[in-house]
Amino acid sequence: MDYRIEVEDLNVYFNEAQILKDVSLKIHKNTVTSLIGPSGCGKSTFIRTLNRMNDLIDGFKHDGTVLLDRKDIYDPKVDVVDLRKKIGMVFQKPNPFPKSIFDNVAYGLRVHGINENNAIKEKVEESLKAAALWDEVKDKLDMSAMGLSGGQQQRLCIARTIAVNPEVILMDEPASALDPISTTKIEDLVHKLKNDYTIIIVTHNMQQATRVSKYTAFFLNGEIVESGLTERLFVDPQDKRTEDYITGRFG
Amino acid sequence: MTKYEEFLIEKGLFITAILSIIVILLIIGFIFKEGLPAMESYGFLNFIFGMDWSPSDGQYGVFTMIIGSIGITLLSLLFAVPLSLLCAIFLAEIAPKTMKRILKPVIETLAGIPSVVYGFFGLIILVPFMRVQFGGTGFSMLTASLILTVMILPTIISISEDALKSVPHEYKEASLALGATHWQTIKNVLFPAAIPGIITAIILGMGRAVGETLAVIMVAGNVTQIPNSIFDPVRALTSNIALEMGYATGLHYNALFATGIILFIMIIILLVIANYFHYKKKVVIGGGYL
Repeated sequence: MDYRIEVEDLNVYFNEAQILKDVSLKIHKNTVTSLIGPSGCGKSTFIRTLNRMNDLIDGFKHDGTVLLDRKDIYDPKVDVVDLRKKIGMVFQKPNPFPKSIFDNVAYGLRVHGINENNAIKEKVEESLKAAALWDEVKDKLDMSAMGLSGGQQQRLCIARTIAVNPEVILMDEPASALDPISTTKIEDLVHKLKNDYTIIIVTHNMQQATRVSKYTAFFLNGEIVESGLTERLFVDPQDKRTEDYITGRFG
Repeated sequence: MTKYEEFLIEKGLFITAILSIIVILLIIGFIFKEGLPAMESYGFLNFIFGMDWSPSDGQYGVFTMIIGSIGITLLSLLFAVPLSLLCAIFLAEIAPKTMKRILKPVIETLAGIPSVVYGFFGLIILVPFMRVQFGGTGFSMLTASLILTVMILPTIISISEDALKSVPHEYKEASLALGATHWQTIKNVLFPAAIPGIITAIILGMGRAVGETLAVIMVAGNVTQIPNSIFDPVRALTSNIALEMGYATGLHYNALFATGIILFIMIIILLVIANYFHYKKKVVIGGGYL
């Protein structure tokens, strides 16, 4: 039982509204875990709790524990900047910086104090290769990232995340704004990356969850209804609500 | 019937819009009509580059005043730009809500104070202070620049703050999610992305500085000379018109309008540059790592 993240009895509030209720979930090392559920069920809030992005939002309150490698990430002694370096995030809408392709990937390295040009170059190449984007952009690294297609931008965002060597990668519906071919590429990439990273992926697409993940958690109205091996959850759901959702009876 | 009303309203709006443009064109036309003869008879280049302005001797060179206006403006930008950009960053990114609720109205009030009040303050407080600190009369390019600095701060601060706040939130999240600190995010992502808007802000502040008249007259000393240092008195183009319009006749009168033409051209150039950056803002900038 090798867990990277352990969440216990997590409650999240924005001002008076409770978004997550008693959420408990354990995330296995070097696996892909899917979070599924209808819109507004708290999946995104949940993963944004894991890298403390919710700290940016006024009125965010929480209780319960979130452990990364057995250490509480909400401990006052924890350096948030350090935590976010360990837990990378890919957003729903591709959001490269309005800089060159190279600078997008190099950004994380530079802010972490790596200044040696050759080291940066090597790491940029390595990350772009890992994100399956290198062959498409190797001749135009100086071009603005805004000129890439949506799918390429998203893979660039993944490369940018990988470059800083995180342990965990959070993906918030990374393919929802992309066409089917780009989606396939992202899914292939997730498959490849799971050997080195622990991945948590939020998705609306249940086929995607079955294709990419070993574990799945089903969220409904801020609670986890059911979680476990993806195969088991989709074939033999224990809860009536899970069954209704995966068979498309609501949501 | 409604169709008829619609027609009337549209035409009515059109006429009001056209009217304001016509008024501006008439004023511009008048300035050029009154000013150009002076430039022609004194010589266009002599007028611009002439060092000597003494209407009683028939000398109408405005070069010292062009230098005066540019000098005062650049010096005040030197003080105002760093101050206001840091202030804008603080307001947009760091200030807690309650503090923002106090600071913003205060800054907006600064913009609303009449310039004569600034000038009067400068005359009573700043001029004697400068006289004691740096010698001379206390009326100087530096004194005028300091007053102008306070006057253009609100313009630059509020427009830069808007530019910073309009940078897409996704950029900020992306940077923070990579483990960048808040300041690294401001310095490397938010600020570079806001640069077109910030340049617009600076140029509009510059326009205000070039055009300011009363406060400058009251503290700049108004001597028509090329200053040797920032402690020397200077005369701005605007001041020249305001100081002498009361008694100018003949060619002298035309020369003051010609001074207006020079000012007009300077402001137009600044506005064109500001517009250029304003529209460029919408185009993606490919900026590197600053």
